[in-house]
Order: sequence, then C-alpha cells, then structure tokens
Amino acid sequence: MKPFTYTRAASVEEAVRSASSVQGARFIAGGTNLLDLMKLQIETPAHLIDINHLGLDRIETTAGGGLRIGALVRNTELAADRTVRRDYAVLSRALVAGASGQLRNKATTAGNLLQRTRCPYFYDTRMPCNKRRPGSGCAAIKGMSRSLAVIGTSDACIAQHPSDMAVAMRLLDASVDIIGADGARRSVPIADFHLLPGDTPHIENALKPGELITSVTLPKPIGGTHVYRKVRDRASYAFALVSVAAVFDRDGQGRFAFGGLAPKPWRVAAADAAARSGAPAVAEAALDGARPTPLNAFKQQLTARTLASVFRQREARA
Amino acid sequence: MVAVELNVNGREAHLQLDPRTTLLDTLREHLHLTGTKKGCDHGQCGACTVIVEGRRINSCLTLAVMHQGDKVTTIEGLGTPERLHPMQRAFVTHDGYQCGYCTPGQICSAVAVLEEIEAGIPSHATDDLEKVAFSDAEVRERMSGNICRCAAYPNIIAAIRDVAGEDKA
Repeated sequence: MKPFTYTRAASVEEAVRSASSVQGARFIAGGTNLLDLMKLQIETPAHLIDINHLGLDRIETTAGGGLRIGALVRNTELAADRTVRRDYAVLSRALVAGASGQLRNKATTAGNLLQRTRCPYFYDTRMPCNKRRPGSGCAAIKGMSRSLAVIGTSDACIAQHPSDMAVAMRLLDASVDIIGADGARRSVPIADFHLLPGDTPHIENALKPGELITSVTLPKPIGGTHVYRKVRDRASYAFALVSVAAVFDRDGQGRFAFGGLAPKPWRVAAADAAARSGAPAVAEAALDGARPTPLNAFKQQLTARTLASVFRQREARA
Repeated sequence: MVAVELNVNGREAHLQLDPRTTLLDTLREHLHLTGTKKGCDHGQCGACTVIVEGRRINSCLTLAVMHQGDKVTTIEGLGTPERLHPMQRAFVTHDGYQCGYCTPGQICSAVAVLEEIEAGIPSHATDDLEKVAFSDAEVRERMSGNICRCAAYPNIIAAIRDVAGEDKA
C-alpha cells in the first residue's frame, strides 16, 4: 500500500467537510474492497476518513411505510433484519448469495453499492484498462471476457457490476440518500445512481466529489413472491455469471432485475411487462440490444434458463 | 505512526503502528500471535479469520487502526494445548486438517458459524428465512469463505457437527 494519513470522523458533517478539504481523501467503511485495491495500488488514496463511528448503522421504518437502511449497516445485519426477511425477502436472499460470511460481517450497505468491478483487466495493473487508467484502452473486449457484461457496455468498457445486493435494491426501487460537503442532502433513485460506461467508464456513479451516502431507502413493501436465483462457477463464494431478482404478484405480474449481465444492476420495463408471457419472453426483452463477445454470448441462453428456474420456484412457492 | 489499543484474547495491547498495518500483520508481526495465518492476503482464502467484537472477519482486509478498543479473539484465545476449545478438540478427533495451515481460520470461523446459526442469521442454504437451523448444508455454505487446499472438508464438517451436538442423533 502507498502511505496515507488516517482520521476517524466524529460526525457526518465533519466527514464530508474533511473529504472536500483534504486532497486525495477517501472514506473507508468496511474496507473489504478498498483495502484489497489499495494493496494492489489500483486505489492510492492520500488520506482515509474512517466513517465507521457515525451512527449510520440503524434500520428504521420511514413515515411512508418504507425502510431506511443506514449506510453502515453490515450485509449480515441487513440480511438478518426481521423486517427485511419478512417484507423484502429478495434483499435478504441476494445478500446471503454474495461474498462469504466473513466479508458480509464487514461489508456495508453503501460500500456494497460502491464496490468496483472484478474485471480481470481492471485488477491487472500491467494491462490497459479505461476504468483504471482513462484512455489506455480496454484489454477485456478481445480478452478473457467470459464473466463480463453483455449489455449496457461500450467500446471503452465491458466490465460488469459485481453486486448481488444492488440487484435486489434495483428491483425494489431503492433510493440512495446522499450528503454533500456543504451539508446539502439529496436522494437519487438507484436506477440513476450507477452509470453506464459510455466513453467515461472511470465514472461509475452519480456521487460528486466529497459526497457521502448516509442511507438507502426502500419504498413500502410490495408483497408478492420473492425469488433470487444466482448462477455461478461454484456453489458458493463466487460472483454471478447471471443472477435474477424477481417479485411476482398473485395474478402473474412480475418485476425482474439482473446481475452479472451489465455495468449496473439491469432492469428494463419491457422485461417486467413480459412477465405473463413467461421466461423466454422476459429474457428476450431484458437482453434486447445486447452486444456479447464470443466468450460471453452464453449468458443470453443462461439468462433464459435462469429465468425458467425462477418461474418454477415461483410456482413452487405460490 | 499512530497509537492503537486493542484487547486481544483478553489482554490489552498498546501499539504504535503505521496506519497501513492490517489487523493480520498486527497480530503476527507486532503481537507475535502467529496462529493466525496469512494465505492470500486478499480476503479470498479465510486463513486469517479472527473474531472481532463477536463477529468473524478476514483480518487481512481491515486496518488495525480501524479497530481502536475492539475485542479480538484469535486461535490462541480460544484454547491452549492443555485446555483445548471444544472445536479444537473436535478437529483433532475428526482429523479435520492435513497440513494445518488453514486450520486456525477454519476453527475461528466454525466457532462463529455455530453462533450465527444460534442467532438465527440466515444463509444462502436457508430454505425458510424464518427458520434457521443446523444442517450439513448450512455448514458447507457458511464455511465457503475458508479454503482448504488439502480438502479436509468432510472431516471439518464432521468436527463442526460434533460440536453442534448433531452427532448424538
């Protein structure tokens, strides 16, 4: 790791103030991704602001009947929360499908949203990567692209977003609550939070410099049958090749969000609208416009098959 | 250098550390508790698993300075050669290791896994999110963050099952 200075913030206001006043400052929460990247010198912050003690670790119901999840709530706590298990089961399921027990004990809600891609060329500092070094090129497009994105990509980047949790958050129409250096607060729908790469793949989300996520808010529960199905190269502790989060209501209407396919949690209105037509129609709508490589084109069929499994799970539970 | 105070295995430790020092390197290089092992140093193998404030974590993926005042339990704090922790004894009884390098992490993880099941924390193997109960499938899933290159997995499961009391059935 490159040397850095370290401070522990005592308040949210202090944290955002010092983030904007110290050159090269980064927030650290769970640290499970940031420290990994710092060891590889992919991330080289000059200053770390520890935000673990700001009281952002509570889960509260909102006036509108939704749920406000503090940015620092650990993945384990969120998956085990009584309300989440009962009313937002797809989120519990997605959380426990991700990482390992040790990592979930440390990883936070906001940190999970902000984790970087696991594209092998992003991690290999000897290779070109537009996300790591803007303008250096993309080694993945003609390289080992098997795990990478098939839709929402650009000629500059085909990296996939690795999160399971974010896929469920997208399905549930979460919003990301943010505070800026001047103390101004805003809320961004998760649909608009993660950005597609275009020709600026190094800009991954809507956060402005120095901004801090304080919580993630879920709307009131939508009921229905919740399913999260993840397909990966081993049974546990691996990133998704394809994952599907789904909620079905009684008359067969459904909504779907996908992991492993795109640079952000992937959801399209046309796929939701195709729910009654069954898995192949939903897959076709979800992947309309896909631009796979020869090595990851299999994800299209795998998406249809994963959806078929999701529809069967739904029948079993209904 | 920054001052860091930890409670490791019931003992207060007062340290002066480079902020870059991971909890793992603090335990091994500064406190000379070499039971905790460095495998991948990237959170992928689980050899460095310790229990911090009651939760198992990868000690390689956290900075000591982030754990000011925290209680840390390592393999040395679970038991001693004279007074083994039940999980340590079960690993011996069931031959839950071959080379032994991953074993301290396996045992710390296993002790925490049984507490997580007891606390009703669900896993990917949990069928009904409201009913969390011990099963071999639960243990396999929950232990997936601890890799054993010697593949002692069947005996590791047997050891954990023994401690969980399921062997009596």
